[in-house]
Amino acid sequence: MESNRRSFLKVSGICALGLGALPVADALAKAALPNFLANPKELAGKKWAMVVDMKKCWEKSEKGCHDCINACHVFHNVPDIGTVKEEVKWIWQEHYENTFPGQTNEFNVENIKDKPFMNLCNHCTNPPCVRVCPTKATFKRADGIVMMDYHRCIGCRFCMAGCPYGSRSFNFRDPRPYIKTELNPTFPTRERGVVEKCNFCAERLAEGLMPSCVESCKNGALAFGDLEDPKSTVRKLLASHYTIVRKPELGTGPNVYYII
Amino acid sequence: MKMYNAKQIIPGLIIFLGLITFPLWYNMGKAAPVPQPKLDTPAIQKLAQKQCVLPAAQMRTEHMQILNDWRTQVVRFDKRVYVAPDGKEYNMSLQNECMKCHSNKTQFCDACHNYAGLKLNSTPYCWTCHIAPKENK
Amino acid sequence: MLERALTGSQRYYRWLMFLLVFVGMGFAAYLYQLSNGLTVTGMSRDVSWGFYIAQFTFFVGVAASAVMVVLPYYLHNVKVFGRITILGEFLAVASVTICLLFIIVDLGKPMRLMNVLLYPTPNSILFWDMIVLNGYLFLNIVIGWNVLEAERKGVHYPSWVKPLIYTSIPWAVSIHTVTAFLYAGLPGRHYWLTAIMAARFLASAFASGPSLLILLAFIVKKYSKFDPGKEAIDKLSQIVTYAMLISIFFVGLEFFTAFYSNIPSHKHALQYLFVGLEGHGKLVPFMWAFVILAIAAVALLLNPKTRNDEKTLKIACVCVFFSMWLEKGLGLVVAGFIPNPFDQVREYAPSIPELTIAFGVWATGMLVLTILYKVAVSVKEEVA
Ligand code: SF4
Ligand code: SF4
Repeated sequence: MESNRRSFLKVSGICALGLGALPVADALAKAALPNFLANPKELAGKKWAMVVDMKKCWEKSEKGCHDCINACHVFHNVPDIGTVKEEVKWIWQEHYENTFPGQTNEFNVENIKDKPFMNLCNHCTNPPCVRVCPTKATFKRADGIVMMDYHRCIGCRFCMAGCPYGSRSFNFRDPRPYIKTELNPTFPTRERGVVEKCNFCAERLAEGLMPSCVESCKNGALAFGDLEDPKSTVRKLLASHYTIVRKPELGTGPNVYYII
Repeated sequence: MKMYNAKQIIPGLIIFLGLITFPLWYNMGKAAPVPQPKLDTPAIQKLAQKQCVLPAAQMRTEHMQILNDWRTQVVRFDKRVYVAPDGKEYNMSLQNECMKCHSNKTQFCDACHNYAGLKLNSTPYCWTCHIAPKENK
Repeated sequence: MLERALTGSQRYYRWLMFLLVFVGMGFAAYLYQLSNGLTVTGMSRDVSWGFYIAQFTFFVGVAASAVMVVLPYYLHNVKVFGRITILGEFLAVASVTICLLFIIVDLGKPMRLMNVLLYPTPNSILFWDMIVLNGYLFLNIVIGWNVLEAERKGVHYPSWVKPLIYTSIPWAVSIHTVTAFLYAGLPGRHYWLTAIMAARFLASAFASGPSLLILLAFIVKKYSKFDPGKEAIDKLSQIVTYAMLISIFFVGLEFFTAFYSNIPSHKHALQYLFVGLEGHGKLVPFMWAFVILAIAAVALLLNPKTRNDEKTLKIACVCVFFSMWLEKGLGLVVAGFIPNPFDQVREYAPSIPELTIAFGVWATGMLVLTILYKVAVSVKEEVA
């Protein structure tokens, strides 16, 4: 609301000034323009991606390991609503046939039955969620991260209809009371009425840190890196393993790869 | 000049006047002294030079604009460092920078916001998402 | 002219009061939703659009009523529609009002609605939908009002209205097309991902809109001295007949593609709707009601005897309206989310507050319609 009012004032202000006064306004703006810089510690990339090595994930703990989920959800103050209906999740587990529907046959499910597969936002190369958002509250950064601007989201949920991976959660109610763990004071929560999802830890990359799920996995099952950099770990893994992505036929270009 | 339907119009006018002046007389007799936002937090006391990002007067009038610009830079352009006119650099973050010094939200933010009546419509809505520092009130 | 809405019979006032009660209840329920969030609805993470958006979609169709009288009248000089174009236009105004209200009550952050204008995003279909819907509302208010005003004064309407009338015809097509594109362009929602979505929307719109218009014309005739004319209703009922047949044909096409190709993801939603999927079938009775109503409607409409008989025509129109309501205002949107992206069936049913709000929105639309029709009919009575 605050920002809307201000933007409105800005727009009407510019209109009132008229085109003739624009150069003046420009000069004034330049003189007063403060400097905004990127964090020098930032991990820079051109196309961030993740490779999930499911074998490593299952190696030590076939079931029940929730380290990455806990790390992410605690760090990002993700609430635990406790119902399927209103569940909020950034990274979570699904079975093979739910993660890769349409890629099952009668027998391949047998040997991976009941094994967990990690699901998270794919930070798609052609993200339908970005395409449909009417306010640019969901947008794609130059480094490939599909970001949410929680101050701008109007809660229309078009992006949830657009995302073919169920990566998005809506805050049906105020999430604060449902954050059961200690709040992480360095990261905000969300509020009622907006959509949220994984952000590839943009705030940690800016500090030069790896995403919290990657950092927390003691089996090294999650690898994160720049696809455009041939020397990156993800590129090496992709070069030496057979990998699959979720629903490649939809043309979204998912950037989370799976080694099975 | 004769007024038609004066019976309805005049009481109507009175009610209307009463309603539009409601904010004025609603606060009558409740005039509170202008609050002084408290600055003596441990973090500020440790500072050699007690200087915010910009001069205090400017912060007082422009902090909403500044916070909004910072937010835009961080969220949408991934610019996270602000270089103040005096050359000092700041991490553009309400939770991780502003509130480090101003760790007394109730006496700093709320004192003025409540006085200005901003609480009425629950604005500014910073704290529905952002987490205020723990205070020992 | 608006003052004509203020004077009326006892019955007129009673009806307005009746509507206001529902408006009030809906508003109260909305305040409840506003302070608790959309958790008070039946919508979920998986079925993230529900009754509101489905109703919005259906009423975009009803708004087409206008074009189906305006187009023959102005382009093909079908004189009999001259008397009722105003009824079509005002019905369009009321339905677009309903559409916009349903969008607003569906938003998680309604106070940020203006962000759509502050940050215009041409790649989002919702942005275009907002433009075409508001444009259509504007066109129909301006056209309807000016033509009526001219009629009252007994003069020809101002010449600048004519281009607006011509614009309103393709514009009506655009509101359906753009609304269909909201759905038809989403990867991974197989039920919606069909090239004939816009065509289906148009066909069902031209059935449901005019059928409601026929019913309204009968009501107007009964309660006022204004007679919309038998020929106009005959012509409209022919339009409804064709549109209904085409609608059903289109639904059949969906079945063929899904089941002959035998692609599971294409069959799922239809299976869910008509026989149930993995033991879930909340919508099955509703969809069979759609089938039965549709068959009944077609039977009554195809037979000239029953089509030309006032009583049976009314029944046919009720059947058309409710069958299309079930198909589009219920099944189409919900089934698009079933199964969810993980191939699981998570069902949806609207909640009581959700339905109360919906009733409130309908009542608001009917209130707008009543007032506009009151004005139009009073003018017609005076002129006659
Ligand atoms: S996975 Fe879904 S939310 Fe993430 S970028 Fe792709 S479409 Fe968007
Ligand atoms: S819910 Fe928010 S992020 Fe999603 S499409 Fe709507 S405005 Fe964009």
